[in-house]
Amino acid sequence: MTRKSRITLISLSLLILALAAPLLMGQPFYINIGSQVLIAAIFAMSLNILVGYGGMTSIGHAAYLGTSAYVVALLTLQHGFGFYTASLVALGVVVIMAAIFGAIALRGTGITFLMITLALGQTMWGVAFRWSEVTGGDNGLPDIKRPDLFGLNLVEPGLFYGVMIALFVIALVGMWIFTQSGLGLSLQGTRDQPRRMGMLGHHVWLVRWIAFIIAGFWAGVAGIAFIGYHGYIHPLSLGLANSAEVLLMVIAGGAGTLLGPVVGAAIVVVLKMVVSAYVSRWVLLLGCTFVAIVILLPEGVVPGLERLLKAILPAARDDEEASS
Amino acid sequence: MTTELALQITGMTKNFGGLKAIDGVNLTIPKGDRRLLLGPNGAGKTTLFNLITGDLKPTSGSVQLFGRDITGLPSHHCAPLGLARTYQIITLFPKNTLADNVILSLLGISPLRWSPISRIKGRKEFEERARAALKQVGLEAKADRPLGETSYGEKRRLEIALALAQNPSLLLLDEPLAGLSRQERLDVQSLIESIPRDITLILIEHDMDVALALADSITVMYHGRVICEGDRAQVVADPRVKEIYLAS
Repeated sequence: MTRKSRITLISLSLLILALAAPLLMGQPFYINIGSQVLIAAIFAMSLNILVGYGGMTSIGHAAYLGTSAYVVALLTLQHGFGFYTASLVALGVVVIMAAIFGAIALRGTGITFLMITLALGQTMWGVAFRWSEVTGGDNGLPDIKRPDLFGLNLVEPGLFYGVMIALFVIALVGMWIFTQSGLGLSLQGTRDQPRRMGMLGHHVWLVRWIAFIIAGFWAGVAGIAFIGYHGYIHPLSLGLANSAEVLLMVIAGGAGTLLGPVVGAAIVVVLKMVVSAYVSRWVLLLGCTFVAIVILLPEGVVPGLERLLKAILPAARDDEEASS
Repeated sequence: MTTELALQITGMTKNFGGLKAIDGVNLTIPKGDRRLLLGPNGAGKTTLFNLITGDLKPTSGSVQLFGRDITGLPSHHCAPLGLARTYQIITLFPKNTLADNVILSLLGISPLRWSPISRIKGRKEFEERARAALKQVGLEAKADRPLGETSYGEKRRLEIALALAQNPSLLLLDEPLAGLSRQERLDVQSLIESIPRDITLILIEHDMDVALALADSITVMYHGRVICEGDRAQVVADPRVKEIYLAS
């Protein structure tokens, strides 16, 4: 077995163990934390398409999660839609929104791109906050019912967690397929050498725009899971703090790696949920954790651990043959 | 007209603010020609390449590629029209292996570049053609090495492999020998000599021995203008060329 496939095997076993852990602990508290980690993980993976694979740092990504959640909330509460129909509409809305916002934001690159995504994100926050007759303003929209699925009552934490695992695995596999696909390779090429990619026949702008829409779509999926879990949406969920938090998840875990955003999401959510139960200044601890990551594993936790594993595992003979 | 033209540039001008980087250039390259673009630094040679490939938009003038007007077309239109180039400054993909670098080039002219689901690695048509392109430049043994593990000279050859992999009709080489040692120069020289004659070549190069050996004809540029054109003997005999090169 090559070293690479052994590392893949180790990562996969750790992932399965981590997914099973909340169930083994048994209490609804831990199972619910598991669900929240997975929702955050899908959200962070969606941003990773832009930040990690596309080299486009967006700080307005919560707008897509929040808008999707608001659409589901509004349609189910005020217009009598079922949860799943509302979800489909929400995905449509978010895709159209990402197409429009993407076309605006991609007029710039680098810091300009970042500032435009910030402005667009804050616009959505402003709409949610100010348009109170529709969005409830600062009160948010409460009491969205968690739906049944195939006759199963998802209010039961274990069942909801099971659905989240399924959704997460679909997102993860979808992400993996995308990164290996023609469009995925093209996106990564435009991150590293945009000018060369253009000369080689890749339409750099269009590739980035499509990536922006795909990222918006998956953030919308995360938004549906979010509203399904919490049953409540507040303007804060589509504001700057949430956008910055998900960006931190991606960077801390390892941008441009498949599992980096997942690990980053787990770190942030677990610190937030578990540690805050014992330490009142948990945000301080979160800050210290990020400082430690930046100092010890500047490229992120996942690439850092991968490097460590490579140092520990001796290269097998077939590796030598493969590379010589 | 008897000979078909690969490239025709007419009345090309490019201003950067008050600076006339290209000042009324006319250039005609017949099919199959191997043309050397010569001139001191700042003569506008690379700018001319950037104008041909659409990296820059001309202030005025037109570019025709095999009789088709491509003036101001964005650069992603070049590859499907059979126009490829290399860069003076190495412009490769540092996170990828050599084979994956070439695969990105092959992907650029394949409709699969738009597919968000079809896996590219392991596809025979990509892997085999990538290895063939690497073989052409003598890098097949290093196909699976990451770019970081290759020497500067090997990167120069990979630059050419990326362009050749697309099987272009017109190839623009921007200082393919820049920064190479003597032995590496000879390697790249024989590599360029081995490029099939049906690929039209335009070459920017300062190494006169190599450049003059490779080229069929020479165009000398100075301050954004073409000042002399012809074969080796004509150019060397031209008094203005002597003046530029002896004065600088």
